[in-house]
Amino acid sequence: MSTRPLFSFFGGVHPPMHKDVSTGQPIDVMPLAERYILPLHQNIGQPAKPVVSVGERVLKGQRIGHAEGYVSVALHAPTSGTIADIGAYPVPHPSGLSDNCIVMTADGADEWTECVALPDYENINPSHLRNIVREAGIVGLGGAGFPSFIKLNPGTHKKIDTLIMNGIECEPYITCDDMLMRERAAEIVAGIRIIRHALQANRVLIAIEDNKPQAIKSIEEAIRGESAMEVVACPTRYPQGSEKQLVEALTGKEIPSEALPLHVGIVVHNVGTAAAVYRAIMLGEPLTSRIITVTGGGVAQPRNVEARIGTVIEDILAHCGGPTAETRKLIMGGPMMGFALHSDRAPVVKTTNCLLAATAEEIPDRGPALPCIRCGACSDACPARLLPQQLFWYAQAKDLDKIQEYNLFDCIECGCCAYVCPSNIPLVHYYRFAKTEIWAREREKEKAELARQRFDFRQTRLEREKAERAARHKKKRDELHSEEPSAAPATETKKAAILAAMERAKKKKDAPRITPANTEALTPQQQQMIEEVEQRRRQSRPNPEQQSAASNGDK
Amino acid sequence: MLTAILALGALALVFGLLLGFAAVRFKVEGDPLVEKIDALLPQTQCGQCGFPGCRPYATAIAKGEADINQCPPGGQTTIVALADLLGRDPKPLNPENGQEKVEKTVAIIREDICIGCTLCIQACPVDAILGAPKQMHTVIEKECTGCELCVAPCPVECIDMIPVKEDIGSWKWKAPPAPATRPRAESDA
Ligand code: SF4
Ligand code: SF4
Ligand code: SF4
Repeated sequence: MSTRPLFSFFGGVHPPMHKDVSTGQPIDVMPLAERYILPLHQNIGQPAKPVVSVGERVLKGQRIGHAEGYVSVALHAPTSGTIADIGAYPVPHPSGLSDNCIVMTADGADEWTECVALPDYENINPSHLRNIVREAGIVGLGGAGFPSFIKLNPGTHKKIDTLIMNGIECEPYITCDDMLMRERAAEIVAGIRIIRHALQANRVLIAIEDNKPQAIKSIEEAIRGESAMEVVACPTRYPQGSEKQLVEALTGKEIPSEALPLHVGIVVHNVGTAAAVYRAIMLGEPLTSRIITVTGGGVAQPRNVEARIGTVIEDILAHCGGPTAETRKLIMGGPMMGFALHSDRAPVVKTTNCLLAATAEEIPDRGPALPCIRCGACSDACPARLLPQQLFWYAQAKDLDKIQEYNLFDCIECGCCAYVCPSNIPLVHYYRFAKTEIWAREREKEKAELARQRFDFRQTRLEREKAERAARHKKKRDELHSEEPSAAPATETKKAAILAAMERAKKKKDAPRITPANTEALTPQQQQMIEEVEQRRRQSRPNPEQQSAASNGDK
Repeated sequence: MLTAILALGALALVFGLLLGFAAVRFKVEGDPLVEKIDALLPQTQCGQCGFPGCRPYATAIAKGEADINQCPPGGQTTIVALADLLGRDPKPLNPENGQEKVEKTVAIIREDICIGCTLCIQACPVDAILGAPKQMHTVIEKECTGCELCVAPCPVECIDMIPVKEDIGSWKWKAPPAPATRPRAESDA
């Protein structure tokens, strides 16, 4: 049954959607390419570590990168072939820089490695289930790329009340989840069952915006007969698909800064992730491909393709009849949250949901930025309830402390503020700038701290060495005049040397001048005894250094 | 009226005493000013300020023996931060101490030329060079502060300062161009 949500989220905008550009054709499976480039870092957290070497033959689905660290997932070969290179290649990133990649050449056989299916997942230990999802390389396919296995863990004490399946897809142009829900609803629902089992969630809400009637219909058909699973058709508004906003829209619960939906008993997964989980568990297939929307006026046949991870963007565009002469800008992701690509030689990765080849009309030049007129439109639109104009002000002034007081890190970079700003201020660009500046400052601080420690360490080392040298020289000098004391009885000398050593050790131990507590408030008798002992000690050992030197010299 | 004045006066007295007591009772050990100044210095330990490291310079500033504009690696940012901390006016970097360094660098030893003389090890203020007598030496890049102190002592000139390479992890978004300072009233008119 499809219901309207009873709640809503704060702020948001209604940009033109342009969804029908790419929904005219069914999902098209890309033919096998000759070469695939697989960046090792495709998820939030640590990159995978290569476990293959150049020249090695690998099979489709074989693990080529090992999950290194906790927040990390494995990486797999998208087809069979040989590893051509491991090194720096262009990756899809706003910087346009290169990063470590595994490059492989396909052999055309497309031969699978052995896949172990686990249709009996209900009897499997949840932690084992999570590990399979991790080893299958699954990350959130909605765009953020957070390792999914972590979100399959309900934690030690939390009871998961609601599992929200995110089929919102609120960003203009993107339709990959829509097409997946239309065409592969059964896979999605099978995946939802597995996720629900892993989390032991009470109920499942499948949230889909009401501009996708076909997707709603096909998912509703697929969940017929399921208990406590419900499709919720949400009124279309951007950025409803963002995790915290979606929770707010469906449950009315506002998630505090720095908290997770998990803290209020909710977990959100993307519908594409569910399909990937289904494949991993029921078929034993790791994540080696995904659905990507190829759209915009810059391609002749916009549509959704199922492309293998690592396919070079150039190949995908060519497959869809692009880029055409009108293409002005190539964007990965949507027009609101995506970023411009520097090169189409980079590959698609697990988080690539859309390639937008935009024409000049689609990405109009908004003209130069004008001063902020403090109209407040941005704060009305901000779904994170921030004060974008203040953030802008402090970012511009590079006041990195102040901007954090205004919760810069709660900004989800949705772009609503910049979308409504009458002064055309590229607000999100300022926030991205401020965020990377803050991270750089943190790194700098760490480095300075390390340098400070090493400098102090060296200082103490130099002093110690100097003292040791001085002591050595003194010893040598003293040895020359040390005939006399060595004449003393040997046992006597030895005892004195031991005493002296103990004394030194004690001194070292008490270095920060801590006086022993038992030397206070002594009776006169005790004091006298101590003095006598001291006296004897002084007599027996006029110069401890000399004595020890002499005794060493004896041996 | 009188009671109110008395009551407030009494309150003021109580809190004054409390604060005074707290100030004595919870006094921080050591010299916090030197710590605070040191925390603002870049820790390059290059000695360009005229002191053998950042901490000695911090001590000198705290004692009033050195000015705040002597640290070239820190540049204007550090000077402003120091001025803020000490309640003084910022001033330009003293050219006698050197030029502000915009680009971060690290030392690299051309290992085929190195003769293993250990002179660079002795010069490095943070022990970032690894090697033993007559063995090839190498720089631990992560720990090098880019102070350049090892370059001059090398008898075979095999140490170069190279710019730190930007990678995806250290890449930063550039600041957008500043918005026009005033609405274009003239051109509109
Ligand atoms: S400040 Fe951040 S979260 Fe708020 S509208 Fe702007 S981009 Fe979105
Ligand atoms: S919308 Fe633009 S002009 Fe209005 S207050 Fe925000 S930043 Fe300023
Ligand atoms: S000039 Fe060099 S040694 Fe002096 S404070 Fe600056 S970084 Fe430290």
